[in-house]
Amino acid sequence: MLKGKKFKGGAPVPHYKHTSDKETVKMDVPDRVVIPMLQHIGAPCLPAVKKGDSVKVGQVVGTSEKFVSAPIHSSVSGIVKNVSPMLYPGGFFVPTVEIEADGEQSVHESVKPPQFKGKAEFLEALKGSGLVGLGGAGFPSHIKLSPPPGKNIDILIINGAECEPFITSDYREVMENSWNIISGINIIMELLEIDKVLIGIEDNKPGALKELENVAATSDKINVVSLKSLYPQGAEKMLIYALTGRKVPPGKLPLDIGVIVMNVNSISFIAEFVKTGMPLIKKRVTVDGSAVRNPSNAEVLIGTTLGEVFEFCGGFSRPVRKVLMGGPMMGISQYSMETSVVKHTNALLAFDEKDAVLAEEGACIRCGRCVAACPMNLLPLDLSRIVENECFEELTRYNVNDCIECGCCSYSCPSKRYLVQSIRLGKEKVRAMKS
Amino acid sequence: MENQFIMSSSPHLRHKDTTSRIMLDVTIALLPAAAAGIWFFGIRALLVVAVTVTACVLSEYAARRIMKREQTIKDYSAVVTGVLLALNLPPTIPLWIAAAGSIIAIVIIKQLFGGIGQNFMNPALGTRVILTISWPVQMTDWVNPGVDSVSSATPLAYLSGEAVGQAPSYMDMFIGNIGGCIGETSALALLVGAAYLLFRRVITLHIPLSFVGALALFAWIFGGDKPFTGDFVFHILAGGLVLGAFFMATDYSSSPITPKGRIIMGIGCGFLSAVIRIYTNYPGGVSFAIILMNIAVPLIDRYTIPRSFGGEKNAA
Repeated sequence: MLKGKKFKGGAPVPHYKHTSDKETVKMDVPDRVVIPMLQHIGAPCLPAVKKGDSVKVGQVVGTSEKFVSAPIHSSVSGIVKNVSPMLYPGGFFVPTVEIEADGEQSVHESVKPPQFKGKAEFLEALKGSGLVGLGGAGFPSHIKLSPPPGKNIDILIINGAECEPFITSDYREVMENSWNIISGINIIMELLEIDKVLIGIEDNKPGALKELENVAATSDKINVVSLKSLYPQGAEKMLIYALTGRKVPPGKLPLDIGVIVMNVNSISFIAEFVKTGMPLIKKRVTVDGSAVRNPSNAEVLIGTTLGEVFEFCGGFSRPVRKVLMGGPMMGISQYSMETSVVKHTNALLAFDEKDAVLAEEGACIRCGRCVAACPMNLLPLDLSRIVENECFEELTRYNVNDCIECGCCSYSCPSKRYLVQSIRLGKEKVRAMKS
Repeated sequence: MENQFIMSSSPHLRHKDTTSRIMLDVTIALLPAAAAGIWFFGIRALLVVAVTVTACVLSEYAARRIMKREQTIKDYSAVVTGVLLALNLPPTIPLWIAAAGSIIAIVIIKQLFGGIGQNFMNPALGTRVILTISWPVQMTDWVNPGVDSVSSATPLAYLSGEAVGQAPSYMDMFIGNIGGCIGETSALALLVGAAYLLFRRVITLHIPLSFVGALALFAWIFGGDKPFTGDFVFHILAGGLVLGAFFMATDYSSSPITPKGRIIMGIGCGFLSAVIRIYTNYPGGVSFAIILMNIAVPLIDRYTIPRSFGGEKNAA
């Protein structure tokens, strides 16, 4: 098996992969789904249905004319109860389609295996599937797979690193659907004329490495690479470096250095979509955390509210003080159990008092641990000091925009300073100054 | 239901190390050197350590209290300064000077500049220099180890020609059976402590190695009667080099934050130490060298902003 390079910096965060061996359990159709019109990076969708409409599974409920966007589909059959702005997992309000499910799950007539000849037709079909990057970022896949003319792509990277603590959603995909991953890879290899594929998996998942080694043995173009378990190994720039030695320059995309990166769940979805034509309406979500009674991997229809997902996993064994969508390093804390699972949700975590309380901040002692931990080679202590002193024009000299917000600096800080948090604020200020 | 959730920006996970744990580690790492000092110089050395640690902690408490800032004695940083200061004093130092030094270190050098993380030079070392200038006789009243404690010279005095006769053997210098400050004589004990700091990842090797390396190189080239004949082993074992390189120059607040900056700092310290030792009649070059480099740290940091991963270097 190939070994990946080690990227500079990073933080040896605990793994907490309690749900590795929890096979995916399919959750029942909820009575009601809440589908926000923003489930990707890019322009939000406009609702394509109105109150009182009846909808079926796989029917488009939101679309956008904008280039960077992806259509949104109904995950249930039923009646549209309401179309109005509702609280979004990101903490703001987004137009949302609320559907009361009839439990029939009758499939819309548009759902049929896509017919396509060549790349352009395939990408058009893929756009219709609503696929976005399922690793967490949610970048529309049909755009990622359309390199502009002149950009030569020679390597396809499959991201199975899954470096965030707790989350085992990618791992379960490998263990349960490895052949789908391989056929998805074959589809993309053929259409984009790529003949080198590297699948990167952290070495704390020997089961996944072995499984993929076995299925990839059928092709000499597909290589499985064992990566050091070090956060943020799954961050695109670190992953590309670990697998190829190439570095993505600031402000550039993987496309610019001949690489496309796709999550294992995304590539697997492509194979499934080509077979069935069913758009993206469900997600595997790792449900875990100190307050959850039965940590599990649940297959959840998009739009299911957080409360119902937790309920499905046995509810809570202790009072909940913090709820996260995503992992503990980059996940977003939730204000309400009424927000819902969206396309790029890969984990829901609920923590008790002990794990939820915020560390008290002390003075910076200049130990340099944040500098050593920063995978982007930035100086988090200086950046955060500049932000606190409100000298925002200084920030670009310290490469503030190169911060990937992985949180290694804050994690490593012995004074528990809110480093990445102030850097985030700084990035926002720089953006505001530019416009 | 809704409002009981704690909202915060990621990450939601923190490493367990704390500032006080780091300071405790430094204290632990200084214990072998302190013990060696007490072993060689007797109970008097222990008394000095007790006075400086107590005075430092009390000064920290009083300073924070008077300035109406949150109390910081629990972070152990005042204890570290206290132990470090004692290790930098001769065992015969009058206790009132030791106490006065503690107040200078904590109040003037540390707290007046903002407390932990803000001091622009190492408090213990700055104090050593201030005391040496203020009370030169008491600060250089060296004794030989042992119960009879006869007046003696430090190995460096042989270098500057102050002392004549047989300089101590390398082995005596390595284990610390020589005259000098309480904590700087035993390279062995200091290295044991340094190994602990490296193991606990409290310090990196950048500063100590470049410091010792640069000093050895310059001493070898310029330290002898003819070029390239200098006794660099003697230079490494003599005076406060090991203490300075591993425990003083690595002080977080007053050293650079990038590996590159740290190497520049170490080379600067080594070079200046050699220059002071070889070309001036003041033998204790290490303290002045570190303090001079401490002052240069903001400048070093400013010119060593690293290029980001995959990026181009930014103009300073």
